[in-house]
Amino acid sequence: MLKARLIPCLDVKDGRVVKGVNFVNLRDAGDPVQIAAAYDAAGADELCFLDITASHENRGILLDAVRATAEQCFMPLTVGGGVRTLDDIRRLLLAGADKVSINTAAVTNPDFVTEASRKFGAQCIVVAIDAKRVDDKAWEIFTHGGRKQTGLDAIAFAQEMVKRGAGELLVTSMDRDGTGAGFDVKLMRAIADAVTVPVIASGGVGTLDHLVAGVKEGHASAVLAASIFHFGTHTIAEAKAYMAAANIPVRL
Amino acid sequence: MSLTVILDYGSGNLRSAQKAFERAARERGLAMEIRVTANPDDLRQAERIVLPGVGAFRDCRAGLEAVAGLRETLEAEVITKAKPFLGICVGMQLMADLGREHEVTQGLGWIKGEVRAITPCDPNLKIPHMGWNTLETQTPHALFKDIPLGPKGLHAYFVHSYAMYCARDMDCLATTDHGGPITAAIGRDNMAGTQFHPEKSQTLGLAFLGNFLEWRP
Repeated sequence: MLKARLIPCLDVKDGRVVKGVNFVNLRDAGDPVQIAAAYDAAGADELCFLDITASHENRGILLDAVRATAEQCFMPLTVGGGVRTLDDIRRLLLAGADKVSINTAAVTNPDFVTEASRKFGAQCIVVAIDAKRVDDKAWEIFTHGGRKQTGLDAIAFAQEMVKRGAGELLVTSMDRDGTGAGFDVKLMRAIADAVTVPVIASGGVGTLDHLVAGVKEGHASAVLAASIFHFGTHTIAEAKAYMAAANIPVRL
Repeated sequence: MSLTVILDYGSGNLRSAQKAFERAARERGLAMEIRVTANPDDLRQAERIVLPGVGAFRDCRAGLEAVAGLRETLEAEVITKAKPFLGICVGMQLMADLGREHEVTQGLGWIKGEVRAITPCDPNLKIPHMGWNTLETQTPHALFKDIPLGPKGLHAYFVHSYAMYCARDMDCLATTDHGGPITAAIGRDNMAGTQFHPEKSQTLGLAFLGNFLEWRP
């Protein structure tokens, strides 16, 4: 039976992890390789790098970080942030990423998703959807890290992205991101039930109950979290044991 | 030093495959070179051959034909000289007679069967079949030696929308379950293939790759 996945997400800037990770015995909490290896050993199901490097010149450093991580880490790695061209994708895949996540470019140039999927296969194309709540049943897409409103309906957009060849959707609630108030489970469920591909729920995890709700109420195939792991609030093992106790199939 | 080659025909992330094989060799104390290559001469020198593959069946098949002499040499080394061979993901699917992804494409025809879309009996199940799943033994095989399988066993990492349907039950080594059984590993004689990604499957994957490197079919 396929297991629900637990995915820690790391913000990477200029090749360094910028949010602290409270692992015991970690010499350098900013080194993506050490952190990836620690999450690998802790039983994370996948790892996600979100590149928040501001300047384009420093993107090469990200590739080095991906390369070094892939050498030591034998689990799937998704890299997102600033992916705009087929060449961006090729470079990330060659460096060792297994999937790439496309965000702003999927909105500004939807054909890019079609081309990327045709070229590299749906299995490595994740479309990252940032959505804000309009009312109880509707959400709108935002881009540029949540700063730019697009007028696009999130559910219709999600369906279009799947039609264009996205193999997975990473859905983030802009209302909940960073609040610790839990996923917007209505948003997750609305999208998960509307598409055939797996949905990764993101944005707002503050407690282990939130992870459970993402799968049980949000119908997500995977749950992504950053702060609760980075700041040592919970370990991967605790999170998985908690999910298992709530009758969610997980890989222990 | 004995040589294992990973065929580079423009498909997939070969670096992580190479690193995983190197680590598996190290863990078994095997002095072995793992070389990523598209050179038919390297295939002739190799003791073992790995065919990876991600993306669409037709594109992978076309990629294999695009390198002059590669497919012919591969067939000579695997079929005639019977070198240990491992296909991974679409590299495994290519061993079939044909693939029905988008259009019908001829496979290598090494293992009787065809590659078709997964159709789970529960329509709520997601496609691609993506993530960690357990395996069930169908035909015991040396490549799964000392690897605990079954519902309480180790997990393998899958990501695919199409699957191999073997014509002969004995060619199916292991299945996984996603709304019905799905072929997870195939093999006969000196050749084997996995739908899952051993290079991404942590404990199970490294043990499996180590078994392949020590396999004497």
